Amino acid sequence: MSAQTFEATANGETPLFYEVEEHHHPEGSSTMLGFWMYLMSDCLIFAILFACYAVLGHSYGGGEGPKQLFELPLVALNTAMLLFSSLTYGFAMLTMERPGASVRAVQGWLIVTGLFGLAFLCIELYEFSNLIHEGAGPWRSAFLSSFFTLVGTHGLHVTVGLIWLVTLVAQIGMHGLGQANRRRLMCLSMFWHFLDVIWIGVFTIVYLMGVLG
Amino acid sequence: MTSPLPLSSPAISPIFGRLSLDALPLHELPVLVAFAGVAVGGIALLAIITYFKAWGMLWRDWFTSVDHKKIGIMYIILGLVMFVRGFSDALMMRAQQAMAFNGNPGYLPPDHYNQIFTAHGVIMIFFVAMPLVAGLMNFVVPLQIGARDVSFPYLNNFSFWMTTAGAVITMISLFVGNYARTGWLAMPPLSGIAASPDVGVDYYIWGLQIAGVGTLLSGVNLIATIVKMRAPGMTLMKMPVFVWTSLCTNTLIVAAFPVLTAVLALLSLDRYVGMQFFTNGLGGNPMMYVNLIWIWGHPEVYILILPAFGVFSEVVATFASKRLFGYTSMVYATIVITILAYLVWLHHFFTMGSGASVNSFFAITTMIISIPTGAKIFNWLFTMYHGRIRYELPMMWTIAFMLTFVIGGMTGVLLAVPPADFVLHNSLFLVAHFHNVIIGGVVFGMFAGINYWWPKAFGFKLDRVWGKRQFWLWVLGFWFAFAPVYALGLMGVTRRLSQFDDASLQPYFLVAGFGALLILAGTGAMFVQFYVSFRNREALRDVTGDPWDGRTLEWSTSSPPPDYNFAFTPVVYDNDAWWDMKRRGYVRPTTGFRKIHMPKNTGTGVILAGLSVAFGFGMIWYMWWLAVVSLVGIFAVAIGHSFNYKRDFYIPVEDVIRTEDERTRLLAGEGVSA
Repeated sequence: MSAQTFEATANGETPLFYEVEEHHHPEGSSTMLGFWMYLMSDCLIFAILFACYAVLGHSYGGGEGPKQLFELPLVALNTAMLLFSSLTYGFAMLTMERPGASVRAVQGWLIVTGLFGLAFLCIELYEFSNLIHEGAGPWRSAFLSSFFTLVGTHGLHVTVGLIWLVTLVAQIGMHGLGQANRRRLMCLSMFWHFLDVIWIGVFTIVYLMGVLG
Repeated sequence: MTSPLPLSSPAISPIFGRLSLDALPLHELPVLVAFAGVAVGGIALLAIITYFKAWGMLWRDWFTSVDHKKIGIMYIILGLVMFVRGFSDALMMRAQQAMAFNGNPGYLPPDHYNQIFTAHGVIMIFFVAMPLVAGLMNFVVPLQIGARDVSFPYLNNFSFWMTTAGAVITMISLFVGNYARTGWLAMPPLSGIAASPDVGVDYYIWGLQIAGVGTLLSGVNLIATIVKMRAPGMTLMKMPVFVWTSLCTNTLIVAAFPVLTAVLALLSLDRYVGMQFFTNGLGGNPMMYVNLIWIWGHPEVYILILPAFGVFSEVVATFASKRLFGYTSMVYATIVITILAYLVWLHHFFTMGSGASVNSFFAITTMIISIPTGAKIFNWLFTMYHGRIRYELPMMWTIAFMLTFVIGGMTGVLLAVPPADFVLHNSLFLVAHFHNVIIGGVVFGMFAGINYWWPKAFGFKLDRVWGKRQFWLWVLGFWFAFAPVYALGLMGVTRRLSQFDDASLQPYFLVAGFGALLILAGTGAMFVQFYVSFRNREALRDVTGDPWDGRTLEWSTSSPPPDYNFAFTPVVYDNDAWWDMKRRGYVRPTTGFRKIHMPKNTGTGVILAGLSVAFGFGMIWYMWWLAVVSLVGIFAVAIGHSFNYKRDFYIPVEDVIRTEDERTRLLAGEGVSA
């Protein structure tokens, strides 16, 4: 490239140094990249929480450990709720991509997703309240601090995702499935599946390895 | 069993939390004087703005602006204002240490002194260096890549105001309650609820958490901007070096700040919920905090220095009137530093006792960092070699940087040797070392950058006479202030002491205090320089937009640039795009303009940041209702903003033509070919 550039100078030709036509950055063209970067930064927060759990996960402070505290059937149900919600979000996106997609159908799948998410949160809160009731609150030991923080941070993300989801249901009701709304649905989709991936890690490392390991 | 913490004890009022009149510093004279100063100054400022009826203009043109140039300027103003606060802390410490000998306790009680050194560190890093760096990147990067704004202009405004909100919370602590006495990284168990039960550490946590949101989003924004918005033809290896260093810095921000957010959140959980992450009982592990905070903290120093390296690269090439020597090696050196920044954090606590192998690994990675840094120094030197160097102010700062920073780098390599570090850990030698690299690197870099890009931002150059006075006072002041501190460190004096027994040390502290006064005079000279330059702005005016015979695209447009930066998007063929254009007979287009698509201003960022201050204040003082109300408010405003789909507009073609014709007329008057 630079060899050509110098040749052009030698010949005394002046290339065009500006675009005559309007230079257009399509609206939202950076959004996906930006959102990915945000997700990766969020992933780092979870990485820290996982690391803390790895370091502190056996510091029971004389209290009970995962084998005594965790109930795998309940967690399995919970995991199923979250996985189903990811599946139904996938259906919402597939519906959206279809030509002449109906707003109602997309909203329907989103609401189903939200209900699964809500069920997940309720089961999680039930589990938390049981633990606190049994005297295994987050202040009891470093193990429980890191457990409640890791799982609770995930739950907090799901809560924010639910608020976002309700907002989007309203927004596609008002403005249809225009480009801006498709982009927003896409971002929430990434966010939702991201939480699913994090949960797989939580399920494996905290629950399975804790109870069976 | 419930949480063991007294979050709702009878001493905590449901309305005011733990806030009472005792929190006001009515009985502490120094604080009262500071408060009076800030209050009188603040009221005077508000009165002046009201008198000139400037509120509407400020709100419309500045506070709500999504223009990256104005946001950049606001960041720099924030950094300079907070510098005054952080430097006042430094002067107070220097005065205390210079007098507290032979049984004289000095004028600062230890509790107060501890708050001052904590606030000094936090403010200088988070609210001076970071805003200055972010300001320069925001102002310069879109101009250098030929873009009209950043990728997410609204987010940019929001980021700025969140940083400001963090600064506001930190400033409130001066007058309502107190600040942390823990040192700038608030290590537990000292920063835990048992050892620090009052609001100090909570001010620290919420100030940084709120500012951190802004920093992280600004990092995402600038990366997306650099990746997506470059002018056609500007491949990665044709980007100006400042853009490269900005890209690496923002990568570091996005990869490091979440760690800070997480670790401060864990500390908050210990303090608010009674968790056991970093406590000494029930399985907690304080050393984990030290590891985590330095996993953020070490990249942080490269976040600060890399943009300064970028500034020096631009300045050296411009004022030597030569292409930068070793562009490719400069880029790779920057990338290597970016990666190594993550592999050295443990050198901050070799004394932890991780054993010889772990310490050796981190010692070696630390020493390796000096190789790419050294390569950069040689690249700058070879750029100057056989160049026609113009000793303008930015170039003077660059040379002072090279001389000063090399010393700081060498003392850093010395500290990287674990056996030496065991002797020097937590000594004044360390304090001298990091001031040497941060003042000699970052601060000199910011001064170089401000002097270099000021004419671009405002259309007139800065006064040379006062600039030189600032330069000499600062450079000499730095050495007077920190050479004795190096010596004291080698003699074994530890950091953060407010009183001394050994009278033979006093002369060193007196010299250091004298150095601080020189820096004070230098800082005064800088503000005088701004004022004098503004007064003489007609004489210092530059209508060409290219006062230094620059090389990169920002110099191809007018000074100050129009809202849309470039009437036509530039096309790039070479590293030094503007130099290439000038050399090959570029003719500025004077017809054929079009309407230009731009983002609209919004007040949402200001409102969200204001609510965040209220939220932080509520959390700090246990005013739970305030925290809940403002948190709900934050969500409501953010969601409300998302219902606004009309966020852009077109600058009408008539406006573009009027602006560009004015520039044509000015250039013709100057005798520069249009």
